[in-house]
Amino acid sequence: MMRSLSITPAKCTGCLQCEMACSYENEGVFNPAKSRIKVFVFEHEGRNVPYTCTQCADAWCKNACPTEAIQINAATGAKVINEGLCVGCKVCTIACPFGTVNYNHATGKVIKCDLCGGDPACAKACPTQAITYIDADWTGYDKMRGWAARTDTQSAAQV
Amino acid sequence: MRYAIIGAGPSGVVAAETLRARDAQAEIVIVGGEAEPAYSRMAIPYLLAGQIDETGTYLRHTPDHFDKLGIRMVQEQVSTVDTDARRLLLSNGSSLDFDRLLIASGSHPVKPPVAGLDQPAIHHCWTLADARHIAKYASPDSRVVLMGAGFIGSIIMEALVRRKVRLTLVEKADRMVPRMMDQTAGNLIKQWCIGQGVDVRTSTQVDAIDTDPSGSARYLLRTTPSGVIPADLVVVATGVRPTIGFLQGSAIETRLGVLVDDHLQTSVEGIYAAGDVCEGFDWNTGARAIHAIQPVAAETGRLAALNMSGCRTVYTGSLGMNVLDSIGLISTSFGQWQGIDGGDQTQLLDESGYRYIKLQFEEDRLIGAITLGTTEHVGVIRGLIQSRTQLGAWRQRLIRDPSRVMEAYLANAQ
Ligand SMILES: Cc1cc2nc3c(=O)[nH]c(=O)nc-3n(C[C@H](O)[C@H](O)[C@H](O)COP(=O)(O)OP(=O)(O)OC[C@H]3O[C@@H](n4cnc5c(N)ncnc54)[C@H](O)[C@@H]3O)c2cc1C
Repeated sequence: MMRSLSITPAKCTGCLQCEMACSYENEGVFNPAKSRIKVFVFEHEGRNVPYTCTQCADAWCKNACPTEAIQINAATGAKVINEGLCVGCKVCTIACPFGTVNYNHATGKVIKCDLCGGDPACAKACPTQAITYIDADWTGYDKMRGWAARTDTQSAAQV
Repeated sequence: MRYAIIGAGPSGVVAAETLRARDAQAEIVIVGGEAEPAYSRMAIPYLLAGQIDETGTYLRHTPDHFDKLGIRMVQEQVSTVDTDARRLLLSNGSSLDFDRLLIASGSHPVKPPVAGLDQPAIHHCWTLADARHIAKYASPDSRVVLMGAGFIGSIIMEALVRRKVRLTLVEKADRMVPRMMDQTAGNLIKQWCIGQGVDVRTSTQVDAIDTDPSGSARYLLRTTPSGVIPADLVVVATGVRPTIGFLQGSAIETRLGVLVDDHLQTSVEGIYAAGDVCEGFDWNTGARAIHAIQPVAAETGRLAALNMSGCRTVYTGSLGMNVLDSIGLISTSFGQWQGIDGGDQTQLLDESGYRYIKLQFEEDRLIGAITLGTTEHVGVIRGLIQSRTQLGAWRQRLIRDPSRVMEAYLANAQ
């Protein structure tokens, strides 16, 4: 069974443990600026929204890549950057309509979430289970609930 | 079913793979006119910059990729398409019959009306063969003149800078990347490039190229108003046109490119077009448009293949978008960055920091944008435009602070 990251913004306290864990796992440093997951803070609404690649089926990034540098990991389903093939052209960063592929100036390549090979550090580090790694079937359900919750806050905010 | 595809670029290759995924039995042939494995033109600057070798430009890296998929590769020019007989005539005299055809022949560079272009060491930068010529002449400290500071020219500029040549960039328009950037951004990019050691001459025209009688340089370019500029190598990047010459006299309707309908089918049933060669629609306006860019080539290749193989899928038009790295200064543009009559716009400019963002709205929807000096989450601008998200209260928030696009997206679209 494929698993995927499930994010429940309502449970997020904004502690940024996920960003720390992600940057340490992938870049070897505790530096939120280098994280592939980002927590967006909506101060007025007191809401925090962790956000990263959903490994979407459309794979806009992968389709747009001119050098086959984005490949699917057969075990996890994650779309993974092959640094050896990436030329740093950044076309994927504008093709991804979710904004989850980013350019890394230090390496001249792009970075994105690769599910840490099947054991995502962000989910392990999250103290409130706002980020969990669960059966893909369940995230669909969670997303539906998440959608409903967000639609609520949005209409509330507009009143 | 026999599928033929003209063109071994990204559009043709993505189409062939999509056809194979949909139909295990079909015969699939790609006819590509260059004597190279299927490769990506847009990887050429990275080859010139020395970041990759030629194999790094290949579209697929598994050696027997196409064999394994049962996709036959033919390296030959198509000279004629016989739409009645459903037959391609190839330049070696042979022919190839098809049931359905995809035209993905891409585009080719145009020559500006300048005397003296047909000489050695004057090249376009469009094919691997061009790149080999340029690599031969663009050695450290050689004097190189790059004609054209459009999107492609500006990308080549970066590669030439990395080769440590002495570079002069000549552009007819009043700013760099005039079809992707407004005055503010185009001028900031120019200033930046000058700061990086490139001699940028905008509003300058090359009138003729003469050999240097003194022999100290290979050529002398006569320009207005910049006078004479010496060059050992001239690279010409003054625009491209769809490659449709071989369709002359066929029943397939063309204008600037091959005209397609909302399923990427041409005027002849069973014949489709995709990528740089196809004249489709602008996603924003619905008007006829050609978007000669990589993401559109891949997306239309896939869509055309779905339609060819019986999965009717509507092509809703293509969105213009570009990302450009000018020697470290990164810029993007999306959709209707020029704005529309009666629309609203907002911008945030930090001139000395080379940061700029400009957003265009129609009612409460984002329809276009330009960014400079920022790369984080830029893709979400495409998402906001193409999801036609009604921004509600976020429209006003973005007008106050256009840098909050990611928040606007999370608050609305997720
Ligand atoms: C230097 C450079 C940099 C670029 N940078 C970018 C960038 O950063 N971002 C971006 O989005 N785009 C960029 N582009 C543009 C991008 O490469 C094109 O949009 C893309 O290659 C189009 O794909 P295509 O498959 O439609 O056509 P092409 O890649 O042009 O492929 C066309 C194929 O058709 C073949 N062909 C043509 N005529 C015939 C014939 N009569 N018979 C048989 N075969 C034929 C050609 O040989 C070729 O194989 C760049 C292009 C260049 C040259």
